[in-house]
Amino acid sequence: MPRASLLDPQGQAVQHALHSLGFGDVAGVRAGKHLVLQVQAATREEAAAKARTMCDRLLANPVTEDYECSVSQ
Amino acid sequence: MQRVAVVVFPGSNCDADTLDAARAAGSDAYYVWHRDANLQQADAVILPGGFSYGDYLRSGAIARFSPVMRAVTAHARAGGAVLGICNGFQILCEAGLLPGALMRNARLKFLSRPVRVRVETTDTPFTRSYEQGEELSLPIAHGDGRYVVDTRTAAELEAQAQIVLRYVTENPNGSTHDIGGVCNVARNVVGIMPHPERRNTPVLGGQDGARVFLSLEARNATQHAGDMRAVDGRHLRV
Repeated sequence: MPRASLLDPQGQAVQHALHSLGFGDVAGVRAGKHLVLQVQAATREEAAAKARTMCDRLLANPVTEDYECSVSQ
Repeated sequence: MQRVAVVVFPGSNCDADTLDAARAAGSDAYYVWHRDANLQQADAVILPGGFSYGDYLRSGAIARFSPVMRAVTAHARAGGAVLGICNGFQILCEAGLLPGALMRNARLKFLSRPVRVRVETTDTPFTRSYEQGEELSLPIAHGDGRYVVDTRTAAELEAQAQIVLRYVTENPNGSTHDIGGVCNVARNVVGIMPHPERRNTPVLGGQDGARVFLSLEARNATQHAGDMRAVDGRHLRV
């Protein structure tokens, strides 16, 4: 997700489109990416740790993006 | 004569123009495929424009892990000259060889047209043949050209004269401080969004970009004259 302090022109464009459709109560939109990984791991904690390492090294750019990751199953 | 490695990634599309511009400036330029970790004794490395790996994930994010980038990083750390043009600039930022990042243009449109830029420093291997403050007309061709750094880093870039090119008359993409190009603290690694290889001869509409490549040879003439010898068409360090 783009950092809150940075201009997000994609989010703004989506917000304008929503306003023009009558959803005037949308106060803000941020547009990011959603990646789904299938990871082999013994525990959920191990899977989460691996995913965070992947986010730090490749999946997110720390200069411009914040990320959250969660494990299911 | 400088040995100039032009790195080719899958999706590079300015590699041939860049090779041509370096050769026109008198350099011994050659391609290096991104899977090849050998730069073949390059004096300078250029990462050309294009859409490496289709700009998937983020522009430059995947190319930055290509095998050749280990060699490029080692070359840069040893003080060797590195230039990233457009997608090459994005790759250098993703690789951490330059500060900041390049994000989607503020008005979301892909921009392909000439812009005016000012040369803010001549103290780099790629701008030494320009005049400080000189204004150039160079084409841009990018969707992700909005240079972003935090306020503190922007102040450091200003204080240490690391801004190489700045957009004048208009800021086409919303870049912080109108930045169109930066260098690292050591000044040997340079990234620029405009395409000098597309303006290096009058038939292309101007030659404001030619001195980016001529600068390399100018440095060679003043600093390294006589340290190379051509033997059987190959250049050996002596």
